[in-house]
Amino acid sequence: MALHFELVTPAKLVRSEDVHMVVVPGTEGEFGVLAGHAPFMSTIADGALKVYKTENGAPEEIRITGGFAEVGDAGLTVLAEHVEG
Amino acid sequence: MASLKELKGRINSVKSTQKITKAKQMVAAAKLRKAQAAAEAARPYAARLAEVMGSLASKITVSENSPKLLAGTGSDKIHLLVVANSDKGLAGAFNSNIVKAARVKAQELEAQGKTVLFYLIGRKGRAVIRREYPNQIAHMFDTTDVRDPGFNEAERIADELVAMYEAGKFDVAHLFYSKFRSALLQEPTDQQIIPVPAPKAAAITADAVTEYEPDEEEILAALLPRYLKTQLFGALLENAASEQGASMTAMDNATRNAGELIQKLTIQYNRSRQAAITTELVEIIAGAEAL
Repeated sequence: MALHFELVTPAKLVRSEDVHMVVVPGTEGEFGVLAGHAPFMSTIADGALKVYKTENGAPEEIRITGGFAEVGDAGLTVLAEHVEG
Repeated sequence: MASLKELKGRINSVKSTQKITKAKQMVAAAKLRKAQAAAEAARPYAARLAEVMGSLASKITVSENSPKLLAGTGSDKIHLLVVANSDKGLAGAFNSNIVKAARVKAQELEAQGKTVLFYLIGRKGRAVIRREYPNQIAHMFDTTDVRDPGFNEAERIADELVAMYEAGKFDVAHLFYSKFRSALLQEPTDQQIIPVPAPKAAAITADAVTEYEPDEEEILAALLPRYLKTQLFGALLENAASEQGASMTAMDNATRNAGELIQKLTIQYNRSRQAAITTELVEIIAGAEAL
């Protein structure tokens, strides 16, 4: 089962794809989100999201600032004010 | 009666005016498409954030300990009117409509004995408001050095507003901008932005217990300034689209009027030319007959 991951900035929808896992630098510590994660909301410290497309693949890093993460039935949604790259 | 040369000159000047208005109309049409796309692209973020805010706001009760941005300062003595205008003219009544809405509100508030301050975005509204309320302009935010006001501007405006709010310079802030309905219709809109009106709680299924990290109140406190930024950003985008729409309609009218004027002047020109020829002929014939 894949996790649906969306990354949204005020200017546009940056990502909307199915991935294996995303590691998010929450303000109270990093957390990884896999498919089927319990509903969860957290603010994000400025830093890099690690997106694992496949289980054993190398992670892709996306640097964000001013972020907020929401995990629901629809998957993981990250709202970020600025995204680099 | 104007001489032939004068008429010719006027026809030519109206023709060049028409060229300018036509060019501006086409530029506005192209920009409008871009502005609409930008407004479209900003929607998912705003919708998500509003949703999250709604569900958070429904979980906590507003009390004195709530963040000031949500609960207010406890008084509503000083009102700040944030007026978003454009930097360029040639857009019909676009700017004056926004300023008019703000002035009506200002008069209404002053009649209730409140103090009114202005925060102006863009260049076009300055002159009018400065003339009427010379000592009540808190700040003029300059957007002339950027091509399209974007999120960075919204962020800077929001930061300044929050700083002013926290310094106790005002109690309530209203935002005036033009809502984009269609290319033909733009609505001047008045929206309260500070204190943040509690977003309507969306009907979120509460059966799934959501965990919060940190707790709800802290998340809400962190999200409030962001919500403000998003609203300002949305207003700037709507304004940009409205400006181009208004400009397109105004320039379309101007081009048509210029066309009518050219037609009228051309008829007048031809008539006087013929009158002159007839007079000349009559003179020649009369001269020949006299011989």
